[in-house]
Amino acid sequence: MTALLEMRGITKEFPGVKALDTVNLTVKEGEIHALVGENGAGKSTLMKVLSGVYPAGSYDGEIHYDGALAEFGNISDSEAKGVIIIHQELALVPLLSIAENLFLGNERARGGIINWRETNRRTEDLLRKVGLKEPPSTLVDKLGVGKQQLVEIAKALSKEVRLLILDEPTAALSESDSQALLDLMLELKQQGVTQIIISHKLNEVRRVADSVTVIRDGTTVSTMDARTQEITEDNIVRDMVGRDMAHRYPARERRAGEVLMEVKDWNVWHPLHADRQVIEDINLAVRAGEVVGIAGLMGAGRTELAMSIFGRSYGRNISGSVEISGKPVDVSTVSKAIEAGLAYVTEDRKSLGLILEETIQRNITMANLEEVARGQVLNESAETRVAEEYRKALNIRTPGVFQRVMNLSGGNQQKVVLSKWLFAKPEVLILDEPTRGIDVGAKFEIYGIINDLSAQGKGVIMISSEMPELLGMCDRIYVMNEGAFVGELSAEDASQERIMSLIVTE
Amino acid sequence: MDFAEHGAEAPEKQGIGEYLVRHLREYGLLFALIAIMAFFQIVTEGTLLKPVNVTNLLLQNSYIVIMALGMLIVIVSGNIDLSVGSVMGFVGALAAVMIVEWEMSTAVTMITCLVAGGLIGAAQGYWIAYWKIPSFIVTLAGMLVFRGASLWLLEGQSLGPFPREFQMLANGFVPDIFPQGISQGVADLLGQRRVNVLALGTGLVAAGLIVWMELKARAQNKAYGMAGEPQAFFLARIGIIAVALIFILFKLSTFRGLPNVLITMGVLTIIYAFFTERTVTGRRIYALGGNEKAAKLSGIKTERLTFLAFVNMGVLAGIAGMVFAARLNSATPKAGFALELDVIAAVFIGGASMSGGVGKIVGAVVGAFLMGVLNNGMSIMGIGIDYQQVIKGLVLLAAVIFDVYNKSKQG
Repeated sequence: MTALLEMRGITKEFPGVKALDTVNLTVKEGEIHALVGENGAGKSTLMKVLSGVYPAGSYDGEIHYDGALAEFGNISDSEAKGVIIIHQELALVPLLSIAENLFLGNERARGGIINWRETNRRTEDLLRKVGLKEPPSTLVDKLGVGKQQLVEIAKALSKEVRLLILDEPTAALSESDSQALLDLMLELKQQGVTQIIISHKLNEVRRVADSVTVIRDGTTVSTMDARTQEITEDNIVRDMVGRDMAHRYPARERRAGEVLMEVKDWNVWHPLHADRQVIEDINLAVRAGEVVGIAGLMGAGRTELAMSIFGRSYGRNISGSVEISGKPVDVSTVSKAIEAGLAYVTEDRKSLGLILEETIQRNITMANLEEVARGQVLNESAETRVAEEYRKALNIRTPGVFQRVMNLSGGNQQKVVLSKWLFAKPEVLILDEPTRGIDVGAKFEIYGIINDLSAQGKGVIMISSEMPELLGMCDRIYVMNEGAFVGELSAEDASQERIMSLIVTE
Repeated sequence: MDFAEHGAEAPEKQGIGEYLVRHLREYGLLFALIAIMAFFQIVTEGTLLKPVNVTNLLLQNSYIVIMALGMLIVIVSGNIDLSVGSVMGFVGALAAVMIVEWEMSTAVTMITCLVAGGLIGAAQGYWIAYWKIPSFIVTLAGMLVFRGASLWLLEGQSLGPFPREFQMLANGFVPDIFPQGISQGVADLLGQRRVNVLALGTGLVAAGLIVWMELKARAQNKAYGMAGEPQAFFLARIGIIAVALIFILFKLSTFRGLPNVLITMGVLTIIYAFFTERTVTGRRIYALGGNEKAAKLSGIKTERLTFLAFVNMGVLAGIAGMVFAARLNSATPKAGFALELDVIAAVFIGGASMSGGVGKIVGAVVGAFLMGVLNNGMSIMGIGIDYQQVIKGLVLLAAVIFDVYNKSKQG
């Protein structure tokens, strides 16, 4: 079998980060090739290099496709050659019909006038190929995620696809939809379509893949061929996580006190799709001085869990109870949750945590203005004192608290968000990806702040996609997958392998 | 770290030119107003700043200023209100019907009108805040509804006149409390035919207060190491403001003294400036407009604030409606037609941002007067209404382009 695609020594750097470091990937004609790795390992970046999102010249290394050196300048270049990528977030226009979506940008038209008869006829052909029984005029909006995924694949087929890339195609699908999709992949293989699948679900990988490449920290770790050797999930997991503790974590005296917060029988439904349950029967407890981690892959429902607890900021039909120090508390609005002693530090500081146009000072006092006011009247000198206090305590590197937050680096912005919530004087802090997108030095400082909080007897819940961080910081780790806790590990028992295997073996 | 790029430098070390470039927006508005006044003063051969015309300028623009206060809050909260012209007309019509047709007392009418304004604001704010219907659409509907409602109330006719005490709202003047002898003495001293000592005194006291407050704020900022403006700029700025204030009030004092409406406008401006800059609720409105999601996740009741912003706008439109009707001494179905555009323009010229979270009360008031001086000056010059509209449109566009350009340059 000849190689359809060969990526050699691909290196891609972003300011300050080497996302890919001499990655090699060889995909043979007519096979299904699985690409696996942790969040942030570089899978998506690699696929963006391949499809021309990052144009030739912006990376080092060579791409050989169909026997020739390929230099794609943009997505249409790669699509013209039959390389088509289906992203995790579907790129369909919800209020257009299936037919309109299939030929969007590629309309069956003459002189700007669309030939609807041909459009619909070809749509029906394509839908038959992917096994979707819907009339071409159905609005995409009316289809479930599984069927939308099929529309995406039909769209790829309409463009004479040779290499189809599916980025986590089953992440949002139900079990039966996933099975149908995997069957379709196998069928497309029979028709000669080469495919790359990115997936976290190793059972699925094992089911369809002819070969597997594992990527870790931006480099290729291994490539296994299912036709010559047996691939086990254990093999893959070890390759995925098998790194040393790359970072250091400040030491902390671990002593958990009384139970501080308890969440019981928490259930949440999707805010738009009323029939989709996002959080299922979750029970969670945090002790005073304890740092509790929640591990899981993207889309596991960790942020949704945290936000639904924090003033019902996510979801609907929320049921369950929250107790703080043994007493039931009302957390039905954000202000009540804050009053009850909760704080939620968002994973998305720019759009949910900060007002970028405002000063550091005004951001820090935002969640607790009453404390710097007498009645309604603000005391601006008290406000400045508070802001200065946190600037010093958290070592926010800025010439002054009157600087606008948008001028700060990611790490300093994160410290401003933390300051805001520390000033709200919470008992329990939920930190959602507290070190995302910040440099190593700032990470270490944030870990120090977390340890200080624990020493003060606060409860900390830490959501993170970086497993070493959870292992280094937490006393206890809940493992979450598809909206439910699938395991709980103490610091001693936890390892990346154990967490990963809890996630991938449902 | 990259502080050096981002305005970390101490202000004293900056060149004055550089400082001016960085803060062009704040000074720009003041300079523009002064430049435009100077221009019209020259081309109208001194008519612009004649006492009678200064008084007229204030009366003519009072209702725009009053509504600009509410509009600033609405725009800072990230919304817009297109209905204020119609609401103003409707409340004026309501006042006329109550007083002229139903012969109700002025006091009852005024209170009813304020409540009506508030209810109208609440009715619109409800859909915007709690149903998340875009304010553009809700208030566009309101604009049509209340335009129609005033036509219906007035049955297509003008209605008037109003009793004297209602007219006083717009056309009255505060009587001079100082005895005749003192007035005459001051007038002789200044070489004027007559001087209203109360008006002149108010000007002096207000100027003094502003200088004192600015000095205090500057000292406080310095104590906290906050970057202040260079000394020369600071002195020049408060000097110009103080002199301008005394000058305007002096002009008024040689005509009929302090218009009632100036008092209303002045008091409201001070209250709203204080509210937006120094109160918890005011601050939260800026947070809401700056980033609604972040504000909500910080425990700020964003829906309620949006609702209240519109209730407040309604009440102010009610006040403006009464002032407008009192000034014309009748309510007409066309009252307030297209006025919402002048109000919105004033707020944007005053430096507010369309996306919310940015804007100052003082800016909106200066913006309103800038438009007012343009209107008044061009009318005195005898420029046709056609050209006037074109010029006003271009001024608005220029002000906003200037904002955007400034912002992109600062990165």
